[in-house]
Amino acid sequence: MANDEYDFNSLKSILDVTDGNLASNLKTLEKENYIEVFKTFVDRKPNTRYRRTIEGEKAFEEHLKALEKLIKQQYK
Amino acid sequence: MKQEDLVKEIASIRNLMEKSSKFISISGISSVLIGTYALLGAAYAYYEIYGFDSQMGYRDHYVNEPVIIVKLLVTAMLVLFASIFTGIYMAIKKAKSNRQSIWNTTSRSLLYAMAVPLCTGGLFALISISKENYTAVASILLIFYGLALTAGSNYTFNEIKGLGILEIVLGLLALLFPGNGIIFWALGFGVLHIIYGIIVHKKYE
Repeated sequence: MANDEYDFNSLKSILDVTDGNLASNLKTLEKENYIEVFKTFVDRKPNTRYRRTIEGEKAFEEHLKALEKLIKQQYK
Repeated sequence: MKQEDLVKEIASIRNLMEKSSKFISISGISSVLIGTYALLGAAYAYYEIYGFDSQMGYRDHYVNEPVIIVKLLVTAMLVLFASIFTGIYMAIKKAKSNRQSIWNTTSRSLLYAMAVPLCTGGLFALISISKENYTAVASILLIFYGLALTAGSNYTFNEIKGLGILEIVLGLLALLFPGNGIIFWALGFGVLHIIYGIIVHKKYE
């Protein structure tokens, strides 16, 4: 939600995870249709970018709301 | 989930979103230095134009003498290059100590956002000077610099937006009160940079 699109290598560097870890998590998100994948070539190098879908955005909001609810419950 | 884990989870989500979209390697101290360069440049320009002994407020030189133009331009260029060099150098050092890269998606976005207003302002000022239209130069530079900062503030600290607005206001005031270019230059590029540099340094370092 903070960025419209993000590429694989930038994701890897900011999350500080391995190729395999990132790839498998992205695969899961893609299967749930939470993200779209764009594979292109930049200067003959493969460049993969990811963009959230509308469902993905909704799922993220639900996740945050759920966390909020849990915190509010704990305050009781 | 325990309370603290939840809070930590939300905090880490927010942190990641900020980190991926904001460029935080700007050094507050570099802004203080840049402000100092600008004040030195303004002091030199003031001396060149007004001299030290003009007690009656008469200028030693007028701004449309070619010699003065050249001296002012050179001073401005020196201040500009010193500022850019200092800013970039200290940003690189800060990024290294934060173990972040200096050139990434966010820094690129920051640069592109600021490039258009900055280049436009610079060209506008140069063309004005070439047409011997000197009254608006300080005002133009301040306004476009403020616009550039406001545009770039989306990709870095929010405080920069405030700085940008103030620069624009100063630029407009400079237009309202022509002939005081040096004072507004000193305020906008000097004093404001020092103040904001201290604010950013205290808050983020």
